Amino acid sequence: MNTAFRRIIFLIILVIAWELGYRMFQWGWKFPSPLQTYQAFYDGFTKGNLLEATLSSLRRLLISFVLAIGIGTLLGFLFARFRYFDETFGFLVVALQTVPSIAWLPFAIIWFGLNDTSVIFITTIGATWTMSMASRTGIMNISAIHLRAARMMGTGSGFRMFFQVMLPAAFPHLITGVRVAWAFAWRALTAGELIARGLGLGQTLQDSRSIGDTATILCVVIIIAVIGTLSDHLCFKRLEDRIMLRYGLDSAKR
Amino acid sequence: MIEINNVSKVFKQRKGEPYTVLDQVSFHVERGQFVSLLGPSGCGKSTLLNLIAGFETSYEGSITVNGQSITSPGPDRVVVFQEHGLFPWLTVLDNVAFGLKQRGLSKKARYELAYEQIKAVHLSKFVERYPHELSGGMKQRVAIARALVMDPEILLMDEPFAALDEQTRYILQKDLEEIWQKTRKTILFITHNIREAILLSERVLVMSTQPGRIRQEFSVQAARPHALEDPLIHSLETRILAVLTDELDKIVQGEIDHEYSI
Repeated sequence: MNTAFRRIIFLIILVIAWELGYRMFQWGWKFPSPLQTYQAFYDGFTKGNLLEATLSSLRRLLISFVLAIGIGTLLGFLFARFRYFDETFGFLVVALQTVPSIAWLPFAIIWFGLNDTSVIFITTIGATWTMSMASRTGIMNISAIHLRAARMMGTGSGFRMFFQVMLPAAFPHLITGVRVAWAFAWRALTAGELIARGLGLGQTLQDSRSIGDTATILCVVIIIAVIGTLSDHLCFKRLEDRIMLRYGLDSAKR
Repeated sequence: MIEINNVSKVFKQRKGEPYTVLDQVSFHVERGQFVSLLGPSGCGKSTLLNLIAGFETSYEGSITVNGQSITSPGPDRVVVFQEHGLFPWLTVLDNVAFGLKQRGLSKKARYELAYEQIKAVHLSKFVERYPHELSGGMKQRVAIARALVMDPEILLMDEPFAALDEQTRYILQKDLEEIWQKTRKTILFITHNIREAILLSERVLVMSTQPGRIRQEFSVQAARPHALEDPLIHSLETRILAVLTDELDKIVQGEIDHEYSI
């Protein structure tokens, strides 16, 4: 019996127990039954705007994610290369990292209004700091011998050094940063959308709450969980495994 | 031609006196010569190599290559490191072609040259492999190919075989001797292994330690390829060992701080 099979059995048992519980204890509308959830899911995608909400959330997520990865990697590089920058701004980033990004939403609303930009802003902030810390560690841990070898073969210490040596050398750390950044971005995004306006999963949650549509609320929660898991599993985890294998770093795991 | 005149290097320590690693070191290496720097660990031989390679630039005295003083690392003086220093994200072929890429050669041209060099170190079956899939000896062969493909005038070798097992080391020494005879590159070879120094080089410079100085020079006038059975090689080994034992005594005394002799 392999892992995937065991997982499926577990989920089936969970759903059956849930349905039975719903029928036996009759807890009412405050938590939907599996059938109701399925119905809401089906209706949401065929008649409602669940698909559009998911897509527009994903669009915001991707924009913020790409921004965060880019800015984070660059900041990390600067921290690793320039000591004064690290001692000053690097210190500030560690402090900022402890602030949940949703705390910036009031500012964002004042600056940009209750719209997309605010949500993208706090989502980006949520993922950037972690990414910059991962990038900093990655670049600081590049072995001196690789940098020496590169300079000796004529990369200089500018762009070619960065793209051909430093970036690939830091990749194992960067990919870890990317995974964490993705999770952080999801969190910030959902929180942001709950408050800000515009079509999105967070807004769907909010709307459903106001009309007491618990089945749709649960649907959205499940969609978020499924997208998060799938993207991590199918995309980042695979990428990480491939990189670890290629760099010869996988032996520690086995 | 490498000219080293009165080179001193002092490391500042966080506590205590500054530490003199190299003290007034002078020697010349002619074009096409194979010279070994032999000394116990801590005698500053790697520091000296880093100065010649241009990795470190603060020192007293003068180091020139063909009359030009050294300001930065360059493809005319390629280093083969003890820990190979290959890029784990590149295949053997791409590792060897890396330096040519920096020179701006087209993909086809650099792969052709790299492949030729990989063949010369007997690894043509492994061009598509990644470094971690190779044994220690094979990695060091790739590192040598990566250095040779740049066609440098000078090859600086920093204990390249120190981390290998005895048999692999022996094979690589033979290969290196052959490569040198074929290409006649200037080679400065750093080692703490007396036999290795004699087997490979024409001149052996024995260094003393704390501070590092050139203590004595030996020239190896045996026929190529150098063979261990050669009585000339054998007697040289004994003579150098006598000099080095002195130095080792000094280190041990310094480290454990009471009367002790080997």
